[in-house]
Amino acid sequence: MSMSATRIGAVIRKELSEFRRNRFILVTATILPIVFLISPTVTILAIKASTASTVLDRRVDTSLFLPLLIPVFVPALLSAYAVVGEREQGTLEPVLTTPVSAVEFLLGKATAIFMPAVGVAYLMFGVFVAITQIGAVPAVATAVLHAPQLPAALVFIPLLAGWAIWVGLAISARATDTRVSQQLSTLASLPPLAVAALFSFNVISPTFAVAAAFAGGLLVIDGLACFAVARVFDRERLITGTKPTSGSYRTRGA
Amino acid sequence: MSAVSGSSSSPTRPPESAPGAAAAIEVSHLTKVFGPRTAVADVSFTVARGEVFGFLGPNGAGKTTTVRMLGTLIAPTSGSAVVAGISLGPARAAEIRQHISIMPEAPGLYRRLTVTENLDFFARLYGLPRREQRIAEALAAVGLSDRAHDLTANLSKGLRQRAALARTLLNDPSVMFLDEPTSGLDPVAAHEVHGLIGTLRDRGVTIFLTTHRLDEAQRLCDRVAIMNTSLLTIGRPDELRQKLFNRSLAVTTVAPLARPDQVFAGLPGVQSWQTADQPADQSAARPAGQSAARPAGQSAARPSDRSGGPAGPRPAGYVLTVSDPAQAAPAVTRALVAAGADVLSIAESQHSLEDVYLELIDDTEGRTR
Repeated sequence: MSMSATRIGAVIRKELSEFRRNRFILVTATILPIVFLISPTVTILAIKASTASTVLDRRVDTSLFLPLLIPVFVPALLSAYAVVGEREQGTLEPVLTTPVSAVEFLLGKATAIFMPAVGVAYLMFGVFVAITQIGAVPAVATAVLHAPQLPAALVFIPLLAGWAIWVGLAISARATDTRVSQQLSTLASLPPLAVAALFSFNVISPTFAVAAAFAGGLLVIDGLACFAVARVFDRERLITGTKPTSGSYRTRGA
Repeated sequence: MSAVSGSSSSPTRPPESAPGAAAAIEVSHLTKVFGPRTAVADVSFTVARGEVFGFLGPNGAGKTTTVRMLGTLIAPTSGSAVVAGISLGPARAAEIRQHISIMPEAPGLYRRLTVTENLDFFARLYGLPRREQRIAEALAAVGLSDRAHDLTANLSKGLRQRAALARTLLNDPSVMFLDEPTSGLDPVAAHEVHGLIGTLRDRGVTIFLTTHRLDEAQRLCDRVAIMNTSLLTIGRPDELRQKLFNRSLAVTTVAPLARPDQVFAGLPGVQSWQTADQPADQSAARPAGQSAARPAGQSAARPSDRSGGPAGPRPAGYVLTVSDPAQAAPAVTRALVAAGADVLSIAESQHSLEDVYLELIDDTEGRTR
């Protein structure tokens, strides 16, 4: 059976409706980004005109790195809940009795998490840049605006979010407890963030070629991850909690 | 989809039991093993199109596992099946799901969504046209139209069960698997669900009903299967009763008979007798004419002895195993009258489906102990 945009859309629509009405998700999706906005903003606004350029550069690097945590932590928490949460509340089994395939279900879930996570990350980044341009001393504002991390962040926000979502969904599809799933997902989201941190703090020389190669690698992983996660999304394991036998319905995306 | 008719009488239309092309479900040697545990062992049966098929068994008997295998949620370890005319297997799993619906025991509704939003989500997953109309019809069928825009978290357990039932109606399935559909429902709501099942049967929908409520199975099901890992028996409820139990007459007299063995001896069609309400292990049935082994001075068991009423003659009960109640009853009546007994009632004993169930389950559990 071919992939159905209607079924993917149904999952997206349902997820977004649930997000809107779930206080835990709303708090997670707003408090964390605000924290990651306040800290670098205060740091930038506190820099004086007389600050040495090396200190200024280091503070700008740090400040532009912190908003990158938003597209990692927010989707990691949401995607970690996505499958195991449905399983715990008993809604997964009825869904699996419908013609929706594993790929459709996971794509719907991933898209529904991707949109608010990336949206909020871009919004917070925009607010950060706007505040610094208005409130920071001119030299600092210029340094922020011309930092190479700024365009890099725009590229890496969706890529990091994609990684965090697929890793979270994969763990969620195998976990039996939401809390364990969320802890593991958060940890598993960190490796690409660590690489981004190495760029930000100039541990790895952030040449365009290196950054492009890293971004390209993440893009390929994000693109193929859906099918890889669909392989670990096994109806039998999800419903019975036992290892599936041969001929299980995970094959062919069924 | 029509509204609940309220009818919940016994099935009037016997199903075609013919397997093959007319079958909605054909199961052949289906087995499921989880690690060291066999959940379902070599089960084979056929369900005709339009049949209400009851699937009974104790907890852990493999009922839900069987439903999940037939619903393409889990793969069988061995064996095969055809559901809604489609062979079971990964290649055609999505096709089967399009033609069936499953209502698990737990309603499984999204509590932060309204009833309509829940149904709309599933209607989209099925790719249904005219979603609004179908949702309205499904809600009307389960009597939930007035709660369509309530959050499911605010519904009672019974109403959530009805909403889940509405969900199973959305795709107009040819085969429905209902796992304890009246669990948690009050008698009126359960009666309405029974009516809905009757309506669906009349429309030709095949219903595979898993239930612990034996009265429900007896009332609704054309045939029932009783399983305990393997299939113990299958047939119409009345067939099972006849197959398992001897036919018998229940006789009640105003006072105990002085010599019941003489009264019942040699009567045509009477094979044996015993006093009523006597534990089976203490009252081995006696061939008619053989004296009852009873302590001196003790008369037949008195059904009202436990009532604590005033002393004096109380009604006494006797159970006669007979070959044909219609032949034996007049002869027994004449013999009682001739013996000077005042007869309160003579009736054929009716064994319920529950008796059949308990007999089979006790038997298998006794063998495994």
